[in-house]
Amino acid sequence: MNFSAANLLLIGVLLLNLFCLGTSRIRALIQAAALQGVVLGVMPLLIHGRVDWNTGLIALATVVLKGNVIPGMLRRALREAQIKREIEPLIGLVPTMLLGALATLLSIAFASGLPLAPEHQNLLIVPASFSTVLTGFLLLTTRMKAITQAIGYLVLENGIFIFGLLLLDAMPFLVEIGVLLDLFVGIFVVSIIIHHINREFASLDTRRLASLKE
Amino acid sequence: MLLLALIALPVLAAGVAMALPSDEWRPYVLPGAAAGHLALTVAAIVAPSEAALQGWLALDPLGRLVLLLLSVLFAICAIYAVGYLRYRRELSNRIFIPCLLVFLAMTSLVACSQHLGLLWVGVEATTLTTAPLIYFNRTQRSIEATWKYLLVGSVGIAIALLGSFFLAYASLGQDSSLLFQDLLKRANQMNRSWLHVAFVLLLVGYGTKMGLAPMHTWKPDAYGEAPGIVGALLAGGLTNCAFLAVLRVFQVCQAAGEGAYASRLLVFFGLFSIGVAAVFMVGQRDFKRMLAYSSVEHMGILVLGVGLGGIGILGALLHMLNNGLTKGVLFLSAANIHRAYGSKSIDQVAGAMRRVPLSGSLFLLGFFAITGSPPFGPFVSEFLILSRAFAADRFVVGAGVLVLLLVVFVGMGRTVLTMVQGQPSSEAGRTQYRDGLLTGMPIAVSMGFVLLLGLHLPSPLESLLRDAAAFLEAAR
Repeated sequence: MNFSAANLLLIGVLLLNLFCLGTSRIRALIQAAALQGVVLGVMPLLIHGRVDWNTGLIALATVVLKGNVIPGMLRRALREAQIKREIEPLIGLVPTMLLGALATLLSIAFASGLPLAPEHQNLLIVPASFSTVLTGFLLLTTRMKAITQAIGYLVLENGIFIFGLLLLDAMPFLVEIGVLLDLFVGIFVVSIIIHHINREFASLDTRRLASLKE
Repeated sequence: MLLLALIALPVLAAGVAMALPSDEWRPYVLPGAAAGHLALTVAAIVAPSEAALQGWLALDPLGRLVLLLLSVLFAICAIYAVGYLRYRRELSNRIFIPCLLVFLAMTSLVACSQHLGLLWVGVEATTLTTAPLIYFNRTQRSIEATWKYLLVGSVGIAIALLGSFFLAYASLGQDSSLLFQDLLKRANQMNRSWLHVAFVLLLVGYGTKMGLAPMHTWKPDAYGEAPGIVGALLAGGLTNCAFLAVLRVFQVCQAAGEGAYASRLLVFFGLFSIGVAAVFMVGQRDFKRMLAYSSVEHMGILVLGVGLGGIGILGALLHMLNNGLTKGVLFLSAANIHRAYGSKSIDQVAGAMRRVPLSGSLFLLGFFAITGSPPFGPFVSEFLILSRAFAADRFVVGAGVLVLLLVVFVGMGRTVLTMVQGQPSSEAGRTQYRDGLLTGMPIAVSMGFVLLLGLHLPSPLESLLRDAAAFLEAAR
């Protein structure tokens, strides 16, 4: 197992998280999420140590879906919707970045309290996973456009995928593929809805989706 | 084979419905598929069938109960749908009907699933198939509701996946099977810290799908904007699938000797949900949103009953059936009233008893049933749960629930009585809709079941319930 390389990539994932929270352009955000997907696709090969059919397929499917297909769909939604390319955050970019950094610290503290199996010691998987999930949450809650919320969800799923790496040997293939497939269909449905939101409301701003409340 | 057929039949029917070119004839696929599904369900419950797909699919006592409720409720809604869709000719039902059928297939999959991962895939699939159903009316408000439903639901389901991973990691050892029976066997060797976090994540994740407070925010919007038939299927069917998932995880916790920890959390979420629902139900002017909060309340009662243990578990399982069928009555009759007035605000709706006598009286009866008035089913199950609270010396919990139930009764009662009593005001919108056989009879049948469950529990059903409760308790 190539742990030092894996840890290096995980640190890259953490940096991408901060970049996602700090960028002001939607296109750059999609790019960062796609890059994160590609990095995650390589991870199974590094963790598993050797290449067999199972891990190879998972890696390939991840790179193609998370790195190419889904970002492509998001870019298309962005183009068709013809929205302003700037992100409109509810709280400023710098405060969210600071929150993201804080979330990373908390993740490291929280992860140290959970005992790991001997073969997973010295891996950054658990803190990286928590931190990415929290980053996804932050994007979901502080960005006001439907498309940025969808990207937030993508980042959140990336975080869960990182944790799945710990279970690569134990989890059956079907479940892993199920995860990717659901993600794919989820984003597919979401992009259709985004299209409809745009047509009906002439904006992707979810603040306009505010007629339903108490 | 039987179990595979239960899932394959609705999927096939969905294909047929897609292929049919006529909006007029397509709805008839629904009762056909529902009848077939009901027959298969009865066969699967009566004759214990073999597990399929290496044990991934099997009907255990809990699954039987959920499957029976789903199949009956879907049959009621399927007949109603034929009548309902006649009034909605302006909208194509080419997506709506196949989605309803796939929903039936996926909820059946959840009921039969014995595998932690497969269970999750099933619940996620139900989220995706219900999104187009909520969006059926194609209005701005329904887009908003669908967007919130998808976003909150997907995040919930993502948390449930993370929780499933945690549970898998907690049980990591020589044996890596994620079948529930194997998880139960290995439970006492599980790592406690991972198991604790896993239970919280799974409860929050599947609790989002159930609509437990404070993860219930999608519910009033989705139930308020979706057609009544979708509300009935979500509140009476889908939420119980998520409840089943919570029960399965609870069972694993209990087997690991962490039952007390899990029960505390369940009681907390139960009380909190009932409380939040009571607050928002008082003075609610939109009667469909009121029903959504009623669903939050009853999900709270379900987890509360399980958390209290003992006879409370039996009460919760019985309440699952009672609540499911009563929610069918309430949502479908509310949909009829909505259609007769063209409004779902009590500012416009009055005198429903005069304008749509059947739907109006069924709605009133449904209200009495859901608030726990005798002689209806929910009275019996709520009584069981409350008696457990007092028997276990949890007076504060018991008294708190009683007070909250009273608040709900008064709050809901004011809204319901304003709707059904009096004269329809002259400016209240007049629509073409009047009670018909197809949109009235299924609701009356469902109400009949609710009454029957309160007066006399048929012995086969009673043994089904006792088996399920014993099955949950056995893990202790």
